[in-house]
Amino acid sequence: MSVAGPVRERSTARCRAVVVGAVLAVVLATYLSLALGSRQIDPSVVVDALLAPNADDNDYMVVRDLRVPRTVLGLLAGSALGLAGALMQGLTRNPLADPGLLGVNAGASLFVVLGISLLGVTAASGQVWLAFAGAAAATVVVYAVGSGPRGPSPLSLTLAGTAVTAALTSVITLVLLGDLETLNQYRFWSVGSLVGRDLDAAVGVLPFIAGGVVIAAALGPSLNVLALGEDVARGLGAHLGRVRVLAAIAIVLLCGGATALVGPIVFVGLVAPHFARWLVGGDYRWILGLSGMSGAVMLTLADVIGRLIVPPGELEAGLVVALLGAPVMIALVRRRRAGAW
Amino acid sequence: MTAQQHGFAAVGLRLGYEGRTVIDGLDLSIPPGQVTVIVGANASGKSTLLRGMARLLRATGGLVEVDGRDVRSIPTRQLAAIIGLLPQHPTAPEGITVVDLVGRGRYPHRGILRQWSATDAVIVERALAATSTLDLADRRVEDLSGGQRQRVWIAMALAQEPDILVLDEPTTFLDVAHQLEVLDLLLELNRTEGTTVVMVLHDLNLAARYADHLVVMAGGAVLTEGRPREVITEVTVREAFGLECRVVDDPVCGSPMVVPIGRFHGPSI
Amino acid sequence: MSVVAGSRTRRRRSVATASGVLALVLVVLFVASLTLGSYSISPANLIATLTGSGESGDRFIVLGLRLPRATVAVLVGVAFALAGALFQSLLGNPLASPDILGVTGGASAAAVTALLVLGLSGPAVAASAGGGALLVAAAIYLLSWRAGVHGYRFVLVGVAVSFLVEAMLGYLLTRADVRDAQSALVWLVGSLSGARWEDAALVALGLAVLLPVLMLLTPHLLVLQLGDDTATGLGVRAAPARTMALALAVAMAALGTAAVGPIAFVAFVSAPIARRIVRDGLALGASALVGAIIVLASDLAGQHLLPGGLQVPAGIITGAVGAPYLLWLLARAQRSGGLA
Repeated sequence: MSVAGPVRERSTARCRAVVVGAVLAVVLATYLSLALGSRQIDPSVVVDALLAPNADDNDYMVVRDLRVPRTVLGLLAGSALGLAGALMQGLTRNPLADPGLLGVNAGASLFVVLGISLLGVTAASGQVWLAFAGAAAATVVVYAVGSGPRGPSPLSLTLAGTAVTAALTSVITLVLLGDLETLNQYRFWSVGSLVGRDLDAAVGVLPFIAGGVVIAAALGPSLNVLALGEDVARGLGAHLGRVRVLAAIAIVLLCGGATALVGPIVFVGLVAPHFARWLVGGDYRWILGLSGMSGAVMLTLADVIGRLIVPPGELEAGLVVALLGAPVMIALVRRRRAGAW
Repeated sequence: MTAQQHGFAAVGLRLGYEGRTVIDGLDLSIPPGQVTVIVGANASGKSTLLRGMARLLRATGGLVEVDGRDVRSIPTRQLAAIIGLLPQHPTAPEGITVVDLVGRGRYPHRGILRQWSATDAVIVERALAATSTLDLADRRVEDLSGGQRQRVWIAMALAQEPDILVLDEPTTFLDVAHQLEVLDLLLELNRTEGTTVVMVLHDLNLAARYADHLVVMAGGAVLTEGRPREVITEVTVREAFGLECRVVDDPVCGSPMVVPIGRFHGPSI
Repeated sequence: MSVVAGSRTRRRRSVATASGVLALVLVVLFVASLTLGSYSISPANLIATLTGSGESGDRFIVLGLRLPRATVAVLVGVAFALAGALFQSLLGNPLASPDILGVTGGASAAAVTALLVLGLSGPAVAASAGGGALLVAAAIYLLSWRAGVHGYRFVLVGVAVSFLVEAMLGYLLTRADVRDAQSALVWLVGSLSGARWEDAALVALGLAVLLPVLMLLTPHLLVLQLGDDTATGLGVRAAPARTMALALAVAMAALGTAAVGPIAFVAFVSAPIARRIVRDGLALGASALVGAIIVLASDLAGQHLLPGGLQVPAGIITGAVGAPYLLWLLARAQRSGGLA
C-alpha cells in the first residue's frame, strides 16, 4: 500500500482549508474596508447601506459612494497584482520577480503622463486605457529584449525591465519638468491610490482582468512543470514557447489592468505569491488562486491602514504597501540561506 | 625549490553551518611531505573538514594548527604563503588571461605597494611550466577546456609557492583523462618538490592509487586512516559508503581497487 | 621569463591603447564644451583665455561658466562610474549599482526632504544628499548582514530599500505645493547647470581622498574577484576588503549625488561599456574615463543638440540614451547565446 495516497489527500485537505481561510480573510478585509475610516460605521449600518440604502444618511453615503468603490478597486487590483506576481515568479523561476520589475509600471505611467500632457486626458476612465496600453507596450519591449534564443532568463528579464523603467522615467521627468499641470496630476497617480476612481473604470477593465485570470488558471499545471527547469520541462512534453507567450499575455492583462486602475503599486505582486507558497507549498494550481486572494486582502487592508494611520489625513494605499512590503521582502531575503539564491 | 615541511593538524575541531554542527571533536594530523586524500560518502563532512583546515570555515570549537600554532593567530597573508588552496568552484572573472590569473597567486608575497617584480615573473613562469600551461599563457581562462582550466588554477596555487597544497575535489567535472592529468601533476609536485598535498576526492579507486595517507570520513568523523592498503577493506567500504564490494589488487599498479557488488552484478553462487 | 613578461606587456599595451583612445575622446569633448554655445569661442580665443590673455567676455564665459561646468562633469562622471564599477564587481552582479540599489535614491529622498520639508537650499541640500546616500547604504549593509555580507543578499535588500525610498519620495512630492514639487523634480533629475567652482572643488577634494585609497585597495579587489574562497586562500580578508570597497563606492556615489543630483545610469552603464572596450578584468581606469565621457557628452547634447534651443538636463539624456543602449547590448548578448 503506497504512502503517496494518504499524503496527497492530507495536503489537498490542507490546501482546501487554507482556501476557505483565505475566502474568509477576503470577506473580513472587505468588511473592514467598508466599516473603518475617519468615520467608524457600525456593522448593521454597513449591511443596510449595501442592501437598502437611504440616500440621505451620511453614513450610507460614505459606505456606498466612497468606500464601496475603493474596496472594489482594492480587491480587484490586489488580486490581479497577486496573480500576476505568481505568474511572473513561475515563469522566470525567480522568487523575487515583481510585475513592477518588468517595466509595467513605467510603461503605464509614461502613457498616462503623455495622455495628460499632450491629449489633456484627465478623467480616470481615459487614463485607465492609457495605462493599459503603456503597460502592454513596455512588457512587450522588455520581453523581446530580455529573451534569448532559448527564451528569457531571470537576470536578463530583470535587467531589461530595469533599463526600460529607467529610460521611460527619464522621458516622464522630461515631460513633467515643463508642464506644471501634468506634474500636479501625475504625482498623485504615481504613488498608487484607491481613491479618486469610479466604478465605471473598474467595470471597463474587468473583462481584461477576467481574461488574464482565465489564462492564468489554465497555466497552473504548466508552471508546475516549468518549475523543474527548462530541460526537464521539455522532456515532460511542455510547450515552453506557448507557455511563455500565454503567461506574458496574462501578466500584461492582469498587471496592466491593475496599474490602469490604481496606478503603479509594488510589492503586492512580490509578496503575495510568497505568502501563498508558505501556506500551500509548491503547487501552482493552488498558489495562483491563493496569490490572487492574498493580494486582494493585502491591498485592501493597506488602504484601510492608510485611512487610520495619520488622522485626519490619509496615506495612499501604494505608500502603505511599500512601507510594509519592504520589511517583508527584506525578512524574506534574510531567511534564505546564502546559497539558496 | 623544495617545500618546507610543516606540522598541519586539526585538534578537537568542531565545525558547522548556521547552527548545525557537522564535525565535532575531530583530530587529524596531516603527514608532512606526503599526499593525503580524504574520502567519504556525500555529507560525510569531508568538504567541511577541508574547508575548516584551510581556514575557509571558522572553527566553533577546537582548533587547526600549523607548526603548533593556531591558524587564527597567524596573519592570513603569512598563512597564504604556506598553504595554497584550490576550492571547489573557483570563479574566474570574465576576460582574464591565464598569465593574469596565475599572477594573482603572487599576492601573498608582494610588498605593501604590490609592484610586480622580476621574481614574480620567474615564479609565474615556473608555475606555468610545471602545469604544462605555458603555451596557454595569452589565452582567456574561460576559453579553455575543463582540464586545462584546472591546471591553470593549480598553477595559480603554485605561484603562491605553498608548502602545503589543499584541493577540494579537483577532479570533479573532468573526464577520466583529465582527471589523471591533474592527479599526476599533483603527485609529481609532491615527489619532486616535497609539497604536502591534501585533497578531497570522490573516486575511491583514484584515491587508493594516489594517496600515501588515506582518510575515510563518515558521519562527520574520521572512520579510519592510514595507508590505502590498510584502510581499504570490504568492511570499511561497507561502513563508510553503505556499499558491498570486493577489494582486489589494481592490475595496473597494484593499489587496492574497490569492485562494487550491485543488485544485478555480483559473484555467481 | 619571456613568455610571462611578453604576455603582460602585450596586455598592458592593448589596455593602454584603448584607454588612450578614451582619453582622447574625453579631451575633444572637453574642448568642445569650452568652445560651443550660443556664444561660441574660437579655438584661438580659447587658448588665449586659458593662458590668461583673453577678452573679459570670453574669460567670464570660459573660466566662470564653462570650465567649472565641464570640470564638474568630468569629476562627477569619474565618481559615479567608479562607484558603479566597484558595486558591480564586489556584488558579482551587473544589476548591482548604486542607482538601482537605492543608494542614490536615498540621497534623493534626503535632498528632497531638505528642500521641501526643511526649506533648505544649496550646500545644505547637497550635504543632505551625501548623508542620505551614506545612511541608506549603511542600512542596506546592516540589513543584509548575517554572518557576513553576501553579494546577492545585498542586491536584493537594496532593491527592497530602493522601492521604499521611491515611496518616500512619492509621499514628499504629493504633500508639497506643486511648484515646490517641480523644483524638487529639477534636483531629482541631476543637472550640471549652475555648477560652480565650489562644486568642482568639493568633488575634487573628495576624489583626492578616495582615489588613493582605491588604488591601495585595488590589488585586494583583484584577488577578491576570484571568489571568496580563493581570495581567502590567497590571504585576503574577504569581508573587510569588501566592506571597505563598498564604503568607498558609496562615498563616491554620495559625492557625485551631492554635487549634481542623481544622474541616471552613469554608475550602471560605465563599467560594462568600459569592459567591452578595454577587455580587461576590473577596468577601473577605463570605467572612470567612460563615466566622464558619458556625463560630459550628455551635458553637451542637452545644451546644444536639441532642436529649438531646448535645454535638457544631463540626467535626462543619460537616462533616455543610456537605457536604450543597454537594451541593445542586452539584446545582442542574448542573440549570441544568452547572458546567464
